[in-house]
Amino acid sequence: MKHYSAFAVAREALRYHTGWERAWRSPEPKKRYDVIIVGAGGHGLATAYYLGKNYGIQNVAIIEKGWLGGGNTGRNTTIIRSNYLQDPSAALYEKARGLYEDLSQELNYNIMFSPRGVMMLAQTQHEIRGYQRTAHANALQGVKTEWIEPERVKELVPIINIDGPRYPVLGALWQERGGTARHDAVAWGYARACSAMGMDIIQKCEVTGVRSENGRVVGVDTTKGAIDCEKLGIVVAGHSGQLAEMAGFRLPLESVALQALVSEPIKPCMDVVVMANTVHGYMSQSDKGEMVIGGGTDGFNNFTQRGSFHHIEETVRALVETFPMISRLKMLRQWGGIVDMTGDRSPILSTTPLGNCFINCGWGTGGFKAIPGSGWGMAQLMATGHSPLTEAFTMDRFKEGRFIDESVAAGVAH
Amino acid sequence: MLTLKCPFTGAMLDETELHCGGEAHRKRFGPGSSDEDFETYMFVRENRKGVHFELWLHAYGIGKWFIAARDTETLEVYGTYPAQTTEPPQDIKDAITAKRPGWSWREFE
Ligand SMILES: Cc1cc2nc3c(=O)[nH]c(=O)nc-3n(C[C@H](O)[C@H](O)[C@H](O)COP(=O)(O)OP(=O)(O)OC[C@H]3O[C@@H](n4cnc5c(N)ncnc54)[C@H](O)[C@@H]3O)c2cc1C
Repeated sequence: MKHYSAFAVAREALRYHTGWERAWRSPEPKKRYDVIIVGAGGHGLATAYYLGKNYGIQNVAIIEKGWLGGGNTGRNTTIIRSNYLQDPSAALYEKARGLYEDLSQELNYNIMFSPRGVMMLAQTQHEIRGYQRTAHANALQGVKTEWIEPERVKELVPIINIDGPRYPVLGALWQERGGTARHDAVAWGYARACSAMGMDIIQKCEVTGVRSENGRVVGVDTTKGAIDCEKLGIVVAGHSGQLAEMAGFRLPLESVALQALVSEPIKPCMDVVVMANTVHGYMSQSDKGEMVIGGGTDGFNNFTQRGSFHHIEETVRALVETFPMISRLKMLRQWGGIVDMTGDRSPILSTTPLGNCFINCGWGTGGFKAIPGSGWGMAQLMATGHSPLTEAFTMDRFKEGRFIDESVAAGVAH
Repeated sequence: MLTLKCPFTGAMLDETELHCGGEAHRKRFGPGSSDEDFETYMFVRENRKGVHFELWLHAYGIGKWFIAARDTETLEVYGTYPAQTTEPPQDIKDAITAKRPGWSWREFE
C-alpha cells in the first residue's frame, strides 16, 4: 500500500496522476479463512481491522453482498457523540469517539472527523430533567458534556429560534468534542487498511447459508461457492434476522426504515450539530454547504430502503419551526436505510448459540458513531472470547432482564 | 405511503390515520412463564424479509385494531382482517402462497 501524503499528491500531480493504485484489492475468495466477517459496513470492516492490528489475525475475509459501505454506513447523517446515560454505553461510545479523534492518522486516510460539537435541545420539562441527569451521569463516567442555558444555545447557533410557539428551547446537553465524520471515508479507510494487511474483501457476494458441524460453525455458502472458516462474525445490520435464521437462532430485533435528506448547498450558517429529539429532527451542515437532515424511523417493518413521505414532512415541519430560515430551502436528495432495532435500543455484541459464531448488530439508528469502538471490542471478543467493552451487550440480556435502556434516556437516538 | 383497507368498514385508510402495533399473532406469556417464553413474547420477532403480519389501530377513525398481511420486501398488502383472529383467513393465505410459495411463519395459535 502506497502511503498518502502531501508529497504523494505533489508527485502524482507531476506525472498526471498516473501512479495512484487502487485503494483495496478485489480478489476471488480462497477456500478457507481463519475468520469470515459477513457484511462490509463500518462495523464489519472495523472488526476485521482490529482483529489484524490488535491480535495478528490476518487470514480474514469480509464478504459483502453489495458494495462495501453501501449499507447504513453510507446512508447515515454521520453524527458522532458519546453522551449516553448507561455506563456500558458510555464506555463503548466514548471509546469509539476517542478512536475517531486520530483515526485519519491511524488509517492514513482522511475520514474528515470534525469535532464541531453536538447539541441536544431540551424542549420540554421532561427533557430538561433527562439531559441534566445525563450530564451528571457523564461527569461520573468521565465523558465531557455539559448542560447549557438557552442564551448559550442562541450564541452557538444564531439561526435557531429559541422561543418558538410550540416547543421553546429550554436549554441543551452540549458535547463539545462530538461532531461528524465522512461516512464513506470511514468504510474506505478501514477497507484499505484491511486489504493492506492481506485480508480479502469480497464484494458482490451474498452469504446464503451458514454451515455447521457438531454445534460449531465451519463455513458459509455464498453466491461464489462455499467458503470454510474457523470463526464467523455476522455484522449485517438490517439483515441480521436473515443471517441468524441461517445460523439457527432468532434475535430480538425488528428492521425498519430510517430516512435522511440533504438540501441544496448554502453558505455556512451553522457550525455545530443540533438534535431536537422531542420534535424528531436533527440537522448539521456539510462541508459542501448542504443541510443534512434526519428524523425518526418509519412506523412499520420494511426492507425497501425507502420510507414514507409523511415522516419527512413531520421532520421538516419541526425543523422549520426551530430554524425558520430554512423554510425556503430546496431539498436535493432523500434516501433510506434499514436499521435493526432492539427492545432497549442498545446494540448486541455477543457470542451466539452456534459455537464460534459471533454477532454484532442492533445498532439501529445510531451506530455510525460507534464504529471504531465496536470493531475494537468485537475483535477482542472474537479473538479472546471476552471483551470488557462488549460484555454487557450479550444477546441473552433480554432473557435475563439486564437491559441497557437507552430508549427512555435518549427519546430517539443518533 | 401505506394504504390499508379497513376490514370492518371497507374504507381505504391512509397510513397517517393509523398507528402500527407491531408484529401480530404473538402468543402472550405473563408472570410464571419460563424465561424463554417470556423473552419470545416480549422481544423476539419474526422480522421476515417477505411475509409479515402486523397489528394496526385505526387511531383517527373507528378506534379498532386489525391485522395486515404485508410483504416487507415489496410493500404489497395481501389483505387485512380483524384482530380478534388467531390465524389469517384462508383466502389471504392463498394470496400469499401465490406470490411467495413455501412461505412460513411461527405456528399460528
Ligand atoms: C438515515 C440514517 C441516518 C443515520 N444517522 C446516524 C447518525 O447520525 N449517527 C450514527 O451514529 N448513526 C446513524 N445511523 C445508523 C448507522 O448508519 C448504522 O448504525 C451503522 O452504519 C451500521 O453499520 P453496520 O456496519 O452495522 O451496517 P451496514 O453499513 O448496513 O453494513 C451491513 C452490510 O451487510 C451487508 N449484507 C447484508 N446481508 C448480507 C449477506 N447475506 N451477505 C453478505 N453481506 C450482507 C449489507 O449489504 C451491508 O453492506 C443512521 C442510519 C440511517 C439509515
